[in-house]
Amino acid sequence: MARITAGVTTSHVPAIGATIDHGRTAEPYWAPMFAGYEFSKRWMTEHMPDVVILVYNDHASAFSLDIVPTFAIGCAESFPPADEGWGPRPVPVVQGHPALAAHIAQSVTQQDFDLTFVYKMSVDHGLTVPLSLLFGQASAWPCRVIPLAVNVVLYPPPSGRRCYALGKAIRRAVETFDEDLDVQVWGTGGMSHQLQGPRAGLINSPWDNAFIDRLIDDPDGLAQVPHIEYVREAGSEGIELVMWLIMRGALAEKVTTTHRFYHVAASNTAVGHLILENSK
Amino acid sequence: MSLEKPYADVPGTTIFDADQARKGYHLNQFCMSLMSAENRTRFKANERAYVDEWPMSEEQKEALLARDYNRLIELGGNIYFLAKVFSTDGLSYLQAVSTMTGMSVEQYRNMMIEGGRSIEGNRYVGEKQ
Repeated sequence: MARITAGVTTSHVPAIGATIDHGRTAEPYWAPMFAGYEFSKRWMTEHMPDVVILVYNDHASAFSLDIVPTFAIGCAESFPPADEGWGPRPVPVVQGHPALAAHIAQSVTQQDFDLTFVYKMSVDHGLTVPLSLLFGQASAWPCRVIPLAVNVVLYPPPSGRRCYALGKAIRRAVETFDEDLDVQVWGTGGMSHQLQGPRAGLINSPWDNAFIDRLIDDPDGLAQVPHIEYVREAGSEGIELVMWLIMRGALAEKVTTTHRFYHVAASNTAVGHLILENSK
Repeated sequence: MSLEKPYADVPGTTIFDADQARKGYHLNQFCMSLMSAENRTRFKANERAYVDEWPMSEEQKEALLARDYNRLIELGGNIYFLAKVFSTDGLSYLQAVSTMTGMSVEQYRNMMIEGGRSIEGNRYVGEKQ
């Protein structure tokens, strides 16, 4: 049977992708941030999953204002990198896992989550920057990836409570898939940031770190936090953090923190990164 | 009954909700068109002619030509859509976002390096700075 072996969270700032693509990670501005991922890249090679369920948001790339699905699961064979206005990132095409995606889509919909099934989709920096951070520059990504896109662009996104419950539903789905697979769930986006208006540049480190503490030890309580607190305390784009709760819901009640990193700032954004494993 | 907007008292912030999305539909879809290299070339060759192909308001068109991002947000634009415009201009998020803050790019970048804009005094409209 398939099993969930670990959860990862990370911010997915586009400038991080550009920095990796242009070989500028050693520059003084960037080096301290990339240092926070050195352990993780080594750990990942030793704990390589067969499949990553990668929770992210599309930034008006695959989904325009014509259709805005709240939760969309990528069921395709592969997903090309999107052209976000400066040409596609020079990164490998993402290989999906259509059989597991179909199983999850059917299973969680039958658990009352009405996912949108997507059979053709490009993927933007929200999905490819986390892959670059954890796998580096690669000629092919080392595992399969199932994109799970969450609307956090058009307000309101799904509630934290709903995201946390979706994570639990995904865990049940994975654990009933017959093939013997190691599966990780990644939650991306955040942390505090605001990309618009005179309040742009907002960073709230105490709030971010309290969020991480509660994500680890009190996810049930954290899941009750309303949207307005994210907007007010972590910025209009900080609301992306609800996606981390999907990752957390997919793990066990008790988790062990394998790695924890926080850094201000990458471009406009506070970077947070975690590796969590189910406690033995 | 109108939409409940508990975020209306967050200072310097416009939440891209269903009302804004309705106002900004054509503006944002114009932005999406710049995801193709061919359209970027046509836009750069004659911006006014290109924006006139879209059923936007004159205010939206003028704000676009002026790259007035605060105004574009107010008129229903969303930053992730508008990113296609500033990417076409060769600007990063940081460079474009800084133009909405009344700071120079350099001042804004330094603020971010020093820890970003503080939350203190920035939670509610009318709070003392």
